[in-house]
Amino acid sequence: MSNKQEALFSKKNIKLIKDPLDDNNPITVQVLGICSALAITVQLKPAVVMAVSVFFVLCVANVLVSLMRKMIPSRIRIIVQLVIIATLVILVDQTLKAFLYDVSKELSVFVGLIITNCIIMGRLEAFALANTPWKSFMDGVGNSLGYALPLIVVAFFRELLGSGTLFGLEVIPPNWYIENGGFYANNGMMILPPMALVTCGIYIWVQRIRNNKLVEEN
Amino acid sequence: MQDLANIFIKSIFIDNMVFAYFLGMCSYLAVSKTVKTSIGLGLAVVFVLGITVPVNYLLENYILKEGALVWLGDSFKEVDLSFLSFILFIAVIASMVQLVEMIVEKFSPGLYSSLGIFLPLIAVNCAILGASLFMQERDYSTIVEATVFGLGSGVGWFLAIVGIAAIREKIRYSNVPPALRGLGITFIITGLMGIAFMSFMGIQLEDSKKTVTTEVVVSFDNNKTEIN
Repeated sequence: MSNKQEALFSKKNIKLIKDPLDDNNPITVQVLGICSALAITVQLKPAVVMAVSVFFVLCVANVLVSLMRKMIPSRIRIIVQLVIIATLVILVDQTLKAFLYDVSKELSVFVGLIITNCIIMGRLEAFALANTPWKSFMDGVGNSLGYALPLIVVAFFRELLGSGTLFGLEVIPPNWYIENGGFYANNGMMILPPMALVTCGIYIWVQRIRNNKLVEEN
Repeated sequence: MQDLANIFIKSIFIDNMVFAYFLGMCSYLAVSKTVKTSIGLGLAVVFVLGITVPVNYLLENYILKEGALVWLGDSFKEVDLSFLSFILFIAVIASMVQLVEMIVEKFSPGLYSSLGIFLPLIAVNCAILGASLFMQERDYSTIVEATVFGLGSGVGWFLAIVGIAAIREKIRYSNVPPALRGLGITFIITGLMGIAFMSFMGIQLEDSKKTVTTEVVVSFDNNKTEIN
């Protein structure tokens, strides 16, 4: 603890939340947590459920590890972190199975894969092990929001263009479709796995055009 | 035999870890800058998958599944420990990775230093845990099938990472729009590779739900019967 008590929402702490949304986005800049992010973006609903689960696991794990950071011997820290994460993920998995069974079926193995979601291990290693619980909590909030943002944007476009629905509700007027004498057809390509990558690539492209500092050298 | 060949081919091409399920993307993107390191990491992944999937298969069938503990006596018939599978699987994986790390360090220090941080990160490579979870979900009937599935997934991942590394080595000479450089273009290339891999879906394997009737399929089937 520093002598000067830092305000809970000081500029530094707000920055912890804001940075991961754009400049230091976990998915598009830190390249963490891609695996699950792409697999569940066919529709909005699983994407949102996934984002909420990761939010819960990341915030709680960050706070727990930060509370224990002085007790964990550094040689076995990976296993300790894995145990903490795995316990939290079991909680999430059982909750989903109990209350949102069909979404949990749809997410299939990807709930379990939150354990190996690099975003969680990455933040624990890089942040929670060296910072106070409150800061780690803020970091958890920021990073899980930063994870949710591309996830939801990609899922929005894939569901809209791929199946013409949002959250399972039809948004394209039915008489637009070719079958009903209109001019429009859903792009079946968007549902297929490769388009998740391409959509995400385009997201990164747009983000880097807006934010020049992120441009990489070849 | 044919069943095993089916599982092997299916897990390499059709259910490719990277292109169909996006598993192991983190190390896939991070280590694929040169072909040499990606071959090393790919082999490590094949090895770890080949060990962890069967080990986890045994755990699943003799400890975790509902009724799996029946070998302890009839009173354990009702016990269902499947909620513990995540934590047990990850423990097995973490210790196996430790083992591989020690072996590589001993026999190939050059590879060890070039893989650097990514070797311990295999423990959190989603492809490894993912394969174990798919094994659990798909209910393979024998341990041999599970092993073949594990190896096949590993080989699929190996192919994917070596392929993208080769493309990335070449792409350095082309003029990519600045904002797409690096991560963006890698994503899009992976998507295109995924589309290419989707053409393997036409392969008709026994008891796969996809029924496709093209020339290729027929000739593939013929080859199969001839071999047998």
